[in-house]
Amino acid sequence: MTDLSSALHLSAPELTLAVGGLVLLMVGAFSGEKSPRLVSGLSVLLLLAATALAVVGPLGSAFNGAYVADPLAVYGKAVIFLSAAVAVVLGDSWMHRNNIAKFEYPILIVLASVGMGMMASSGDLISLYIGIEMHSLALYVLAAYRRDDLKASEAGLKYFVLGALSSGLLLYGASLIYGFAGSMRFEDIAAFASANPGPGLIFGLVFLICGLAFKVSAAPFHMWTPDVYEGAPTPVVALFSTAPKVAAMVLIIRVLVEGFGLAHAQWAQVVILISLISFAVGAFGGLMQKDIQRLLAYSSIINIGYALLGVAAGTHVGVQATLMFMTLYVVDQIGFFAILLSLSRNGRPIRKIADLAGLKKDRPLTAVALTILSLSAVGIPPMSGFWGKFYVFGAAADAGYWMAGAAGLVASVVAAFYYLRIIKVIWFDTPEFDVTTDKAPVSAQWIGWAAAAFSFPVLLIALTWLEPLTRAAAAGVGIG
Amino acid sequence: MLQGLAFYLLATVAVVSALLVVTARNPVHSVLWLILTFFSAAGLFVLLSAEFLAMLLVVVYVGAVAVLFLFVVMMLDVDFVKLREGYARYLPLAGIVAGVLLAEMIMVSISVVQGGAARDAASPVPAGPDVTNIETIGRVLYTDYVYFFQAAGVVLLIAMIGAIVLTLRHRPGVHRQDLAAQANRERAKAVEVKSVTTGQGVTPEELL
Repeated sequence: MTDLSSALHLSAPELTLAVGGLVLLMVGAFSGEKSPRLVSGLSVLLLLAATALAVVGPLGSAFNGAYVADPLAVYGKAVIFLSAAVAVVLGDSWMHRNNIAKFEYPILIVLASVGMGMMASSGDLISLYIGIEMHSLALYVLAAYRRDDLKASEAGLKYFVLGALSSGLLLYGASLIYGFAGSMRFEDIAAFASANPGPGLIFGLVFLICGLAFKVSAAPFHMWTPDVYEGAPTPVVALFSTAPKVAAMVLIIRVLVEGFGLAHAQWAQVVILISLISFAVGAFGGLMQKDIQRLLAYSSIINIGYALLGVAAGTHVGVQATLMFMTLYVVDQIGFFAILLSLSRNGRPIRKIADLAGLKKDRPLTAVALTILSLSAVGIPPMSGFWGKFYVFGAAADAGYWMAGAAGLVASVVAAFYYLRIIKVIWFDTPEFDVTTDKAPVSAQWIGWAAAAFSFPVLLIALTWLEPLTRAAAAGVGIG
Repeated sequence: MLQGLAFYLLATVAVVSALLVVTARNPVHSVLWLILTFFSAAGLFVLLSAEFLAMLLVVVYVGAVAVLFLFVVMMLDVDFVKLREGYARYLPLAGIVAGVLLAEMIMVSISVVQGGAARDAASPVPAGPDVTNIETIGRVLYTDYVYFFQAAGVVLLIAMIGAIVLTLRHRPGVHRQDLAAQANRERAKAVEVKSVTTGQGVTPEELL
């Protein structure tokens, strides 16, 4: 029994979220008209509580090694739960503005967070798969949340069909790995892989990587990303580009660096290839985009390429770089989407880049915030985007991947074009006719400003504690 | 000998019917071939002495999933001719992908034959001849695998919430059953007695 109680103690963050989600379902069902707002508020509290539990909770492993609470999991969960909480806040005001408030929205995010938490602390192929299914199932529904909107339904369906396909690939790979290694635990797989990584094991691993690459929308498994980003509701896209990406990235670190650390030579080339293709697709695909959310989709593809470069290094430094990059990237993305949510004209959200013209007169502060975020995405020092790339390229160079790092630099120069275009439209283009933006929802506006502020001045202080935190998280990763 | 024969028979039927699922012109036929594939796979499970899984496959996949497929195929008005338009166009690319996969699978099979798969001590141990499948699963489902079991339950819950979010509509004009209102209805409220002059009849307007 002590075994079970310690297991429950270890998995307290997920348990809290799961049980809390069930309670909130009841609250939502029985509290009538007011329920969406109430449930949103309680969900944010729940996510904050889960973050706190993850941070102060004990470390160890439970359920025969299927659940691992190590520094990496704790760090990942803190980022995941906090960005999910932001998505709930952003979604709440958006739903009320569009008169589609439903209490299921925050609950689906809470339950998706349970799955993402499972992913972050999975020590076993089954918990990996169940975690992925749990969060993706909730995300499919969220993508199609505006069910009367044709584009949203298309986005949800596309995401679902391609997601099911990728789950199939992932399961096929997992079954091969299990068949050859004779165990589902990453520890045992690591022991087996270091002794004899045969073709069968590598074959399975490649399939597993393909499935995971789909979840982080790395090219060439990115086909769904632009359509889903364009069609799904903006706060949902804000969630898509933050928490699930972090969860999947932590999972990739777990499988590749921890599970197959000693077979590094075998998978590093696959990951490098994926990140190179992501650079190309993200940089060149984004050039012609007119829709801001579509543009951000391509931007997310290229950024995942950078993050994978850190993983490819396969060292503690590489893992730290990836974590650092993902954290800074998540803050930037939240800022972008919060600002998008705070901009609307005559009740219609601003979707085209050209519509940003005239923002400098209308909303000078937001224009400055968007400029900072764009510059940060370009990677101009000393903005946050620069530091993320600095760490990743440093790790890649350390591991001897000079060429891939150089390709990443070239890609970021190409991608600079589309971020600079945003800045140009904001500051130098005059709108065709006089435009005024609607009054912005308070929460979205402040979150946008805060993210921008973090991205430039605050970060320089934040780096001093982010750096040791990510290093501690990476140090907990057992390589091999 | 007999086992080998059964294996090759079942495996051939499974592969051929799986091929027919993809190539059949009529989608209803596709679903029927799919059912045959499931049955053959169940037979293969029996050969592996995993009877419980075999029965589960028949009950769940043939009994529920395939029937659901049939419903969807028959009830939705999908233009299958239009769906097939790209078939010839994508065939070369799909062929290359399938060919590469086939080559890789043959490589994996060769490495299995050479004794690559699960030869170390960590490979799963059968529970013994006198322990049935169900007993083996029952022993671990709520103990070793309780975490997965409960998590799978949450996945199903999410699916249920999702189905409700995406399909439930509260239409204002729809009459719903209200038990309290029904029970509270009295004769005086529901029925009104009117005297009608004999031979005159009533017009519908008078009734309202």
